Amino acid sequence: MTQPIDAAQLAARLTKARADRTAIGPLSAELPGFDLAAGYAVQRQLRSEAGPLAGWKLGVTSRAKQVQVGVTEPVRGFLAAANALDIGAPLQLAELIQPRAEPEIAFVIGADLAGPAVSSADVLAATYGVAVAIEILDSVYTDYRFAMADVVADNTSAGRYLVGPCVSASGIDLRLTGVVLGLNGEVAGTAAGAAALGHPAAAVAWLVRSLAADGEGLHAGNLVLSGGLTAAIDVKAGDVVTVTADRLGSLELACR
Amino acid sequence: MPLTDVSGKATALYQARRSRQPIEPFTDADPDLGMADGYAIAQHLTSLLIADGDEVIGYKVGLTSKPMQQLIGVDQPDHGPVLKSTMYADGDAVSLASFIQPKIEAEIAFVLGTGLRGPGVTVIQARQAISGMTAAMEIVDSRIADWRIKLADTVADLASNGAVAVSSRLLPLDGLDPRLIGMALTRNGELVDTGAGAAALGDPVAVVAWLANTLGDMGGSLEPGHLIMTGALHAAVPMRSGDVFRAEFDRLGPVTVRVVD
Repeated sequence: MTQPIDAAQLAARLTKARADRTAIGPLSAELPGFDLAAGYAVQRQLRSEAGPLAGWKLGVTSRAKQVQVGVTEPVRGFLAAANALDIGAPLQLAELIQPRAEPEIAFVIGADLAGPAVSSADVLAATYGVAVAIEILDSVYTDYRFAMADVVADNTSAGRYLVGPCVSASGIDLRLTGVVLGLNGEVAGTAAGAAALGHPAAAVAWLVRSLAADGEGLHAGNLVLSGGLTAAIDVKAGDVVTVTADRLGSLELACR
Repeated sequence: MPLTDVSGKATALYQARRSRQPIEPFTDADPDLGMADGYAIAQHLTSLLIADGDEVIGYKVGLTSKPMQQLIGVDQPDHGPVLKSTMYADGDAVSLASFIQPKIEAEIAFVLGTGLRGPGVTVIQARQAISGMTAAMEIVDSRIADWRIKLADTVADLASNGAVAVSSRLLPLDGLDPRLIGMALTRNGELVDTGAGAAALGDPVAVVAWLANTLGDMGGSLEPGHLIMTGALHAAVPMRSGDVFRAEFDRLGPVTVRVVD
């Protein structure tokens, strides 16, 4: 039988594990019936405790990853303003559990956008600009072993994020924008924007439709990370991560 | 200690190409066979194909990504000729019957405006020698059964070359950075993989310099008009009859291959 879940209590457990920097086992392993809806209930609780919000992020946006974990849709999380890194400032590994880096294309939303039928074109029309980004994932679950409901509860492994200067998306085919992930001066992965749900704007459109189901939407000024474009790489002290996106520029992040 | 038997091995590969019957890897019987042996066999094999009327119109460079190099256990790429008989245009039908166990890869191709002779060719010289860049797909194939290749096997087998398809849209490099050219590969309209130029040895232009220098060490050179396939931007994809592969590159546009029986 499915047990009712106590979102506040589970959120508190995740928050404590993070504060202690101690990974835990997946919640789904101990809670029968812990499903996506339950995961989002825990995430909502975390969001209510997170302070000012910067925007949203997507996860599991690549078809290959969806097939691998047996789902047909991405998942979403929120971006806490407090987790933003600034250009030139190092990533403090002591604050994290098991950080991984991945390259993304970020959207800065210029106009409120909500509704159950929003398309990529609507997203692009509401976009103020786009930017190259590095997302630092940091799962609370040991070795990133989790079911989808777990990762949703854990705010889709959100750790930190670094966003470059915003440029106009007009005239850029984000589907084909080349992105190169570098680690310590070597190429660690390459991709094009299509790796995020076929087009980064399609990933953002999915986010808006998903938010609409909860009566929410995007607001002007929101930041959206549209999904990892390559496999995420482990980072350790001394590593330098670079991400370069054609026309969008480059970011360099030192790990301390 | 078995003799390398360059001409015998070249003939075995030649016959495998003609009959489309794969052979066992040379390195099974001759585990000491190395890269130099591989290139000696490749040179002999190429001369057999030229004697049949084929022509070397450029080169392909393989093993340009770290994962592929680790798989084969090397720390550098390899190269083989692009043969005139294996050139396809954008949109052409490619018959599986022409191959043994083909896979497809999207790549950036360069055409040289001036020749390059190593050693000592720099990336700047390589860039200056390139007259244009085009969207391309390479069909790799192996005459070695089940792709059970070690380095000497694939080098001898002309770097597992199969065929190439190139777009006619040749763009000058002016102001473009081939490292950052993004590519999305679809099969029958579904995204298969993506990549960017930097997947090829960090920089497709560096592939040209490496090729010129490596050929130079063997007494060869790159000539004006040569087509250079700079290496896959993603993991190779097996081909099935009915597949339509489309690799679309930022700025360069698409190149399409239709796979038939």
